[in-house]
Amino acid sequence: MFDALLSLANADSALLSRIQFAANISFHILFPTITIALCWYLLYFKIRQHITPHPMWQRAYRFWVKVFALTFALGVVSGITMSFQFGTNWPGFMEKVGNIAGPLLGYEVLTAFFLEATFLGIMLFGQSRVPPWLHTLATGIVAVGTMLSAFWILALNSWMQTPAGFELREGIAYPTSWWAIIFNPSFPYRFAHMLMASLLTASFLIAGLSAYRLLKGDNKSTPKNTLKQALIVIAIAAPLQLLLGDMHGLNTFEHQPQKVAAMEGVWETTEGAPLLLFAMPDESERTNHFEIGLPKVASFILTHDLNGEIKGLNSFEHHPPVAPVFFSFRIMVALGMLMISTGVIAAYFLLRKRAWPTWYLRFLAGMTFSGWLATLAGWYVTEIGRQPYLVTGVLTVQEAATAQPAANVGLSLAIYLVLYAVLLVAYMHTLMRMAKKAVEVPEYESAEIPHAPFHDETKQPKTAEA
Amino acid sequence: MTHADLAMIFAGLMGLAVFIYAIADGYDLGVGMLLPQSASNEAESMRDTMIASIGPFWDANETWLVLAVGILLIAFPTAHSIVLYQLYLPATLMLVGLILRGVAFDFRAKTSVTQKGYWDKTFFAGSLLTSLCQGYMLGRFVLGFEQSMPAYIFAVLAAFGVSIAYCLIGAAWLVYKTEGEVQDRAQAKLSLFTVITGIGIILVSLANLWANPDVLHRWFDSKLGFGLIIIPLLGVAGFAALTLYIRKRHRSDLWPLLCVVVIFASSFLGLAASFLPDIVPGQLTIFEAASAAESLEFILVGAAIVVPCICGYTAFSYWVFRGKSQALKYE
Repeated sequence: MFDALLSLANADSALLSRIQFAANISFHILFPTITIALCWYLLYFKIRQHITPHPMWQRAYRFWVKVFALTFALGVVSGITMSFQFGTNWPGFMEKVGNIAGPLLGYEVLTAFFLEATFLGIMLFGQSRVPPWLHTLATGIVAVGTMLSAFWILALNSWMQTPAGFELREGIAYPTSWWAIIFNPSFPYRFAHMLMASLLTASFLIAGLSAYRLLKGDNKSTPKNTLKQALIVIAIAAPLQLLLGDMHGLNTFEHQPQKVAAMEGVWETTEGAPLLLFAMPDESERTNHFEIGLPKVASFILTHDLNGEIKGLNSFEHHPPVAPVFFSFRIMVALGMLMISTGVIAAYFLLRKRAWPTWYLRFLAGMTFSGWLATLAGWYVTEIGRQPYLVTGVLTVQEAATAQPAANVGLSLAIYLVLYAVLLVAYMHTLMRMAKKAVEVPEYESAEIPHAPFHDETKQPKTAEA
Repeated sequence: MTHADLAMIFAGLMGLAVFIYAIADGYDLGVGMLLPQSASNEAESMRDTMIASIGPFWDANETWLVLAVGILLIAFPTAHSIVLYQLYLPATLMLVGLILRGVAFDFRAKTSVTQKGYWDKTFFAGSLLTSLCQGYMLGRFVLGFEQSMPAYIFAVLAAFGVSIAYCLIGAAWLVYKTEGEVQDRAQAKLSLFTVITGIGIILVSLANLWANPDVLHRWFDSKLGFGLIIIPLLGVAGFAALTLYIRKRHRSDLWPLLCVVVIFASSFLGLAASFLPDIVPGQLTIFEAASAAESLEFILVGAAIVVPCICGYTAFSYWVFRGKSQALKYE
């Protein structure tokens, strides 16, 4: 521990910048991962209100729109810091590939940020000022905006993984085909995988908080309903994610084989490589210790041939650090399997029309933030797996780093870390508090049900809610 | 379209984004700094009303900063690197301020009553920190990041000047969007902020002329100088109209906000006229800093389509939330 601190104190600004960017983007991604899919849930609740005027749908919307507002705000403010860090910490990135990265970021701001932000205002505060259809439309526009935002930023990220559609002139990247840049080889897979990750993260959040409310004695129909909706989505989306993940993995095997070699812990090129369930990769001896594996399965998954060849780390001049990629990948897959099991159990109870047993509700409450862990683990696989490059084959991380004094970067890093820790605790605490508070709200009267799609809530004391 | 044309178009777009940001988030930050800090119930209810008046707008307002920095990054990457290299720590602190302000918006409404006061203090502190840092960065930028004691003192003065200017536009916004006690309180503060902002603008202008001989030459010796006189005249007109309003309250509640926008426009044009085509004063022009033509063209096509749409739906949003603001509540 002391050694680690000492080496951090002597670290150069490139390393500190890396830690800072990693902390920043890890903190940031938590919130969009929820909001991208949560907004589609909100739109669904709104549309159900139009079709079947039942107060249950309005209540579901009212609770989750508050969660959405809080999550969105955290996403916005943590995202702004990143647009600054390109310049403050990674000047070499913009100097070398700015002609490609710039317009993609620009399109994100122009097509997504303003759209989301403006219609969010109407969505959150405009219900009494616009007709119901327009309010639902505003919700839909915010949902589209969040996806557009994901589209552009993942196009850029994927281009950094698998660059295409450009030429280097005097060491600077110039675009030759924007189509090829945006729809670069890994983009469709990464985009689909991330959207599904977002759907699962939001679904587990909804299922977890709803289960928590039921456990706290909430007997109302709304949490039961949202729990059921979320579990249906999980039962379908979790196995689909396995399929998408597999396709994404095959795409990576084709375009970034060194990343796959690190994920599978393959040091030497092997035919019929085993699928390692566990191992301790050792970078200095270039081998694994304590291997537990299924013979030939890795080769089968990646090449569809039991004796297929997997290129080992030995065949690449540069390859990423193995242990973090190897373990992150296993954590992601393990969580994915847990999610699939959650869905299978949910399907069993739903099909048999049984009540949820307490142990299952407790398990769901424990899984509330599991989507976050899986998403982060997945991103660590793909981002650490890109090292030592910032843009594969074009620019290394070291070349792009700032000449800013290490003390300055260390100071900003320390400030960010403290701030993020406080905000994360406050966020999770507030969600739990909101769930607890919702338990105490009385159930709607049965008389409200038939003709009250947008029944009057102004009877409640007026408070400013932002 | 030549590369120079593209550079000028993007410089113009960036200027517009900074200008809109200074007005739009300026009033948000001003309102944040004007929040009454006492623990009484009246103060809390005033804070609720004040924050409600900016609630539907702040997120989009802040996006103009992202666009401005985005254009600097995309269109003038070299300048982006130089500016943010020089302003590393103040930029970091400004971001911390923006984070605190932004999250306080939502936490204050969702947390328990006992904690609401802390988030209100966070809201105030975040707004103040952001404003001070922006002013400081402006001060450093205007003097070309000069490493001398007077230059740093100037930056500190600019920090307070910009904060007061934001308080002025915040108060003007509250006069426009609120009524009753909150409006009266804002009204009462207008004159003080007007005087300090006026003095601040004069001081910054003089310091700018004194420290930058090229700027002095441009304003007083060249053929341009005569045409440029319209810029300070615009500012004087803004101040005159605002002073008249403060004395007589003879116009609509929107009037002081319009006057402050005119004052901001004059200051802004003054800075542009002093430094263009330099994007980093004395070091780098927009033509030297501009990125590749094919990239700028690609994004210009999108901007030409999207920017009018943004203006359209922004106007729509202001129309939806027209009139005096009501208590914010979710449905």
